[in-house]
Amino acid sequence: MAAIGTVEAVWRIEQPTLAARLTRTLRDVGLAEEVVQDAFVEALERWPRDGIPHNPAAWLTSVATNRALDRLRRTVLIDGKHRQLAVDLAALERAMPDIEAALDEDIDDDLLRLIFISCHPVLPAEQRAALALRMLGGLSTTEIARAFLVAEAAVAQRIVRAKRTLRDADIAFETPRGQERRERLGAVLEVIYLIFNEGYVASSGPDWLRADLGNEAMRLGRLLATLMPEQPEAIALLSLMELSASRFGARTDGAGNPILLLDQDRGRWDWSLIRRGLDRLNRAMALTPTPGPYQLQAMIAACHARAVSVADTDWIAIAAYYQALALAAPSPIVEVNRAVAAGMAFGPAQGLAIADALRDEPRLKDTHLLPTVRGDLLAKLGRMQEAGAEFRRAAELTGNERERALLLARADTLG
Amino acid sequence: MRFMMLMIPGGYENAAPDAMPSAEAVEAMMKYNEELKRAGVLLALDGLHPPSTGARVSFKGGKPTVIDGPFPEVKEVLGGYWMIDVRSRDEAIEWARRCPASGNDVIEVRRVQELSDFPEDVQKATEGFSGL
Repeated sequence: MAAIGTVEAVWRIEQPTLAARLTRTLRDVGLAEEVVQDAFVEALERWPRDGIPHNPAAWLTSVATNRALDRLRRTVLIDGKHRQLAVDLAALERAMPDIEAALDEDIDDDLLRLIFISCHPVLPAEQRAALALRMLGGLSTTEIARAFLVAEAAVAQRIVRAKRTLRDADIAFETPRGQERRERLGAVLEVIYLIFNEGYVASSGPDWLRADLGNEAMRLGRLLATLMPEQPEAIALLSLMELSASRFGARTDGAGNPILLLDQDRGRWDWSLIRRGLDRLNRAMALTPTPGPYQLQAMIAACHARAVSVADTDWIAIAAYYQALALAAPSPIVEVNRAVAAGMAFGPAQGLAIADALRDEPRLKDTHLLPTVRGDLLAKLGRMQEAGAEFRRAAELTGNERERALLLARADTLG
Repeated sequence: MRFMMLMIPGGYENAAPDAMPSAEAVEAMMKYNEELKRAGVLLALDGLHPPSTGARVSFKGGKPTVIDGPFPEVKEVLGGYWMIDVRSRDEAIEWARRCPASGNDVIEVRRVQELSDFPEDVQKATEGFSGL
């Protein structure tokens, strides 16, 4: 007899390595995903009754491999022998008794391969995120749907499309090495950061799963940093997530209203996360003299984390890092932040000059970001009427009710 | 959620000051630690020297009194800890079950108190103590 919570816990621990192992032996991520689910269904049925097997990894691998053999044999029966299977059926059947030996193989390389396939650049980012959470996080379709606030059918669709694309694109199955690895790493980091930000923008509301995406992303980040300790950007992303997550508890007041970074009670920041984030950033910095985009963002987050108060913040360093970031990974959002930092470091007129240059930027047309920042800089320059108008424009553009209230209140105080 | 797995090695209360684990025990433990790392759940871990090299500070009558180790009368002493980040209490317990511990060892699994676990007035009391 085993409690359902225990069964789920064992599953959560075993799922990623099981998926990684089967992806290698089957050379088909779609088939691996299906039989891993089959194995889970069987475990849910049998473990509560029979107890958890002595070696759950071997049990699950054997069940999943058997299911794969069943499915492959059926495919051969239906499609005839003409259909090209990714894996040699006879070889797979022969390999069956060697489950114990298979468990000893290099699991790190299997995991890396699964990460690079799940986050393959041929897939749109949202499909990569769904597949990665499913294969590497062990989340169910229902859980992913709840976390991303989309319909379950939509998530299922994303995973089906991703698997089909990977099959049709006939992608290289081996773990990328050297220069290619560095290039493909970008697509992996992008997905992990996307998952993290989904959790970050979620309020601390009743839906814990959504906010928990942040932890899910950090777990993936730690896995990646363990597997690729030589890649500064992988370590830097983890540092960036830890430093940002340290502010989770301070971002909203008791009523759930957002509190801006500069107004937060720094006593509510999570100092154990900050210590870990700073420690990791040091390691990333020791690996390279030229910080990449994630490292620069982590360096900026570290400046805030190290400052005991807003007045104590090293704005000149932050402005310099944003300038470097604008070169390494140019984007209108980076420019807006550079305007804020320059305003704090060198005065509002300098900040406004950067912000004004962005007024015709089409990618900022539909967001409240630029008018919010311009409003703030104009107010500091004493141009109250223009500032009020900018805050009202920002209020019209934001999709967040609470933020709108905050912006309108600010506009009203300016008259 | 964060959990601490507290390792209470059997007989550690009487261990000599220079007592060291065997190479095999360390190797098995390193493998276990690698598994924790690979699952992305490990946040920190440390091992502690035997209590015979430590001291206990007690506060009977409101006054600190220092007693040097060993403390043979204390039946359960700490030998080290792991700090892990997992999704549930069950998952923390499952990780503890997988530890290559020896026959007399005990692992206590305890959830870490987060600031948000406290009522508002206790949270207020922490205000202004930044950087702890």
